[in-house]
Amino acid sequence: MTRLLPHPLLFLALLAMWLLLNQSVSPGHLVLGAIVALVASWTLSVFRMERSGLRRPQAMVQLALRVLVDIFRSNLAVGTIILTGTRGGGRAGFMTIPLDLRSQGGLAMLAIILTATPGTLWMNYDAAKGELLLHVLDLVDEEHWTTLIKQRYERLLMEIFE
Amino acid sequence: MTAAPDLPAWAALLVAFLVVAGAAITLIGSAGLWRLDSFYARVHAPTLGATLGTGGILVGSMVCFSVLESRFVLHEILIAVFITVTTPITLMLLSRAALYRDRVEENPEVPASAFPETEPPSDPR
Repeated sequence: MTRLLPHPLLFLALLAMWLLLNQSVSPGHLVLGAIVALVASWTLSVFRMERSGLRRPQAMVQLALRVLVDIFRSNLAVGTIILTGTRGGGRAGFMTIPLDLRSQGGLAMLAIILTATPGTLWMNYDAAKGELLLHVLDLVDEEHWTTLIKQRYERLLMEIFE
Repeated sequence: MTAAPDLPAWAALLVAFLVVAGAAITLIGSAGLWRLDSFYARVHAPTLGATLGTGGILVGSMVCFSVLESRFVLHEILIAVFITVTTPITLMLLSRAALYRDRVEENPEVPASAFPETEPPSDPR
């Protein structure tokens, strides 16, 4: 099973992508999509990526909703900063956050979330110390950002990936 | 837009609102590129277009073609997924290149590396 299908989740995701791209669930596209997904997931197994079992679908949905809401809110916040030129008493600056998350998949996910959200930018991760260097556009209180990232994202990511 | 007259008024209004809002947010994000003052602050601005701006236009497109073709047209979701996964790579590449350069030039506004001994000038590689 694992030799034939090394990454079952990736296989399903690629098949879903193929069907969406072709906008069809006809048997022909199912077979063709399955072949493409199978070959692609074999190719990926060459890279010997760290296998991370994804757990807690409930946490994934919760995280996805949280990220959507946060992206919406920070879009408005950064839009206001650009238009009015005033920051809420803050300044743009760097800060470090100690992370407890260690899994590669979880860190990659956190990097995407933080960078895709306007207002925060993932700068550097120090794997030895487990410290993340972050650039924040509206830095009022470092404590606020640390708790936000650790409570809102890191806890859920650790539930999903570790 | 030859198909536009077939769109019922409610859908046309909704689609117009979504597309104009998405375009406006993208424009604000682009304006941020010259409104903000430092390189690191500027990197934040284009993410407006990559997130809510793209989102608005894509949802508008999904509503428009779902109503026109009387079936769910959902493959725009793939555009959103690929943009969300790929933009951070470019942004991190740009900002880390800037950080690397600022650290080499010992710019005081940038936090120094945690490992000064592995900094590029003394790095044998």
